[in-house]
Amino acid sequence: MFKKILIANRGEIALRIIRTCREMGIKTVAVYSTADRESLHVKFADEAVCIGPPPSRQSYLNIPAIISAAEVTGADAIHPGYGFLSENAEFSRICAEYGIKFIGATAEQINAMGDKATAKATMKNSGVPVIPGSEGLIDTVEEAKILAKEIKYPVIIKATAGGGGRGMRIIRNEDEFEKLWDDAKTESAAAFANDGLYMEKYVEEPRHIEIQIVGDQYGTVCHLSERDCSIQRRHQKLCEETPSPALTPALRERMGTAAVKGAAAIKYEGAGTIEFLLDKNGDFYFMEMNTRIQVEHPITEEVTNFDLIKEQIKVAAGIAISGQNYFPKLFALECRINAEDPSNNFRPSPGKITNLHLPGGHGVRIDSHVYSGYTIPPNYDSMIAKVIVTGQSREEVLLRMKRALQEFVIEGIKTTIPFHIKLMDDERFKSGNFTTAFMEGFDLSNL
Amino acid sequence: MENTEIQKLLDFIAQSTLDEVSIETSELKLSVKRYGVAPLVQQVVAAAPVATLAPSAAPIAPVTATPESAPVVALNRVTIKSPMIGTFYRSSSPDRPSLVETGSDITKGAPVCIIEAMKLFNEIESEISGRIVEVLVENATPVEFDQPLFVVEQ
Repeated sequence: MFKKILIANRGEIALRIIRTCREMGIKTVAVYSTADRESLHVKFADEAVCIGPPPSRQSYLNIPAIISAAEVTGADAIHPGYGFLSENAEFSRICAEYGIKFIGATAEQINAMGDKATAKATMKNSGVPVIPGSEGLIDTVEEAKILAKEIKYPVIIKATAGGGGRGMRIIRNEDEFEKLWDDAKTESAAAFANDGLYMEKYVEEPRHIEIQIVGDQYGTVCHLSERDCSIQRRHQKLCEETPSPALTPALRERMGTAAVKGAAAIKYEGAGTIEFLLDKNGDFYFMEMNTRIQVEHPITEEVTNFDLIKEQIKVAAGIAISGQNYFPKLFALECRINAEDPSNNFRPSPGKITNLHLPGGHGVRIDSHVYSGYTIPPNYDSMIAKVIVTGQSREEVLLRMKRALQEFVIEGIKTTIPFHIKLMDDERFKSGNFTTAFMEGFDLSNL
Repeated sequence: MENTEIQKLLDFIAQSTLDEVSIETSELKLSVKRYGVAPLVQQVVAAAPVATLAPSAAPIAPVTATPESAPVVALNRVTIKSPMIGTFYRSSSPDRPSLVETGSDITKGAPVCIIEAMKLFNEIESEISGRIVEVLVENATPVEFDQPLFVVEQ
């Protein structure tokens, strides 16, 4: 087992990792930028070293600084958390080169899943359902129309060089095809100097269902069921729950099996998540794989009673897993609390927390790095706490979350707590019947 | 003047908006100058063997007061801080002499130490000129970002 783990991260996840290491008797090293001198992860770790100035590029993303920190402290493993370098293949490779165990996927696995086209092809080849579409770019509009008929409307054409929603068009029938095709090509050429387009079936108002998997170094992969992350604003998750109101045991079985198949195909090592889109017909399609621990991992932990960080460390240390799959025994919900003003378009609200009182009680877990008197640095993301609530039913969980949020006191900054309280009372949310389009219909006034 | 009285005077000057104060009595000559904040620390490029750094300036320099009427020279002490995390070395290899010693005069751009990270030896150049009055770190010990390395008198 490792003697000393360096945590290449900050904020609540750094604290999360330190806590598990402490329980396992493993020494911890925190790295921090000068903006994070007063951070809780720095105070909690056994050792802490300053690696750079505030900008992430010069600190938390600074590979030489992090490797150097591991060298001077004698750390034998690095846990990258989520974000930052957690899915950086180069970093994974360099750790291996320097004899430091990267607690995550190998460089090859990260690369395999990092490229969308490659990931999709890999999954397809292992029998995982993928979103039907073109094999690469489509040369002519005639070709495109034939394919659209095959995969069935509605389809979406996307710019290969694209991003930010540009160079994309949803086409619902053959009549409007040519015009939208030309529009997309023109917009693509203008925005990205590349008018190459590819096509996919357009999955209408899907649910975002992801499956947690764990793979060991010996080729065994298992799953720990799903998380429903459909409540998103601009592709950012706001809250997550398990089990998903949309999954039957049969569907859970099918999706879990598909996820394990996909991960096993690349002999995946570590904790990972396979994201699917679930349409209203109960068909699911592979979207992408995240080769790291996720923000919302605690809800899976609460309903399966597993410490996923501990599992990551054990697998990295060469311990084999049983191969058994795990299913939710309870219901859990997580609300991400951000230092943002939900009444003002979720504008960031960094600053000093003058007063803090965390909620507590049965079935309430708070993962947070903030404390009374802490100043939130403006240089990093705005998430300040995760409120995780567990219960015997979805109804109980919603009531408990509302109760916990009402107890939560943070003064000095604006937070998204008022939004989450309103969400708990929302009839559509309470029904469990929603898709990724949910937030479009949510009234943010009178928070 | 007692040392405590000199300290009180220095505190008073520090809190004022005065930039330069000169006092002369039969016992003592006291001269104090205030310097502004130094430029930003520069990014270290690990692949390149040479790195630059910036000092940080103290607003008021400490002063040595002598009881004789010996003239006291204006002093300003600046700390050279580490621009990166790594292992600090006084010289570029074990068989070579230290790049600087206490008492060495340095000019801007002169290499003052080596910091090693990931098997790369980065030569750290001084951003300032002056005289090394104190070496704060021992050879072959780890240093972190922003850690004080040398005190330089300008």
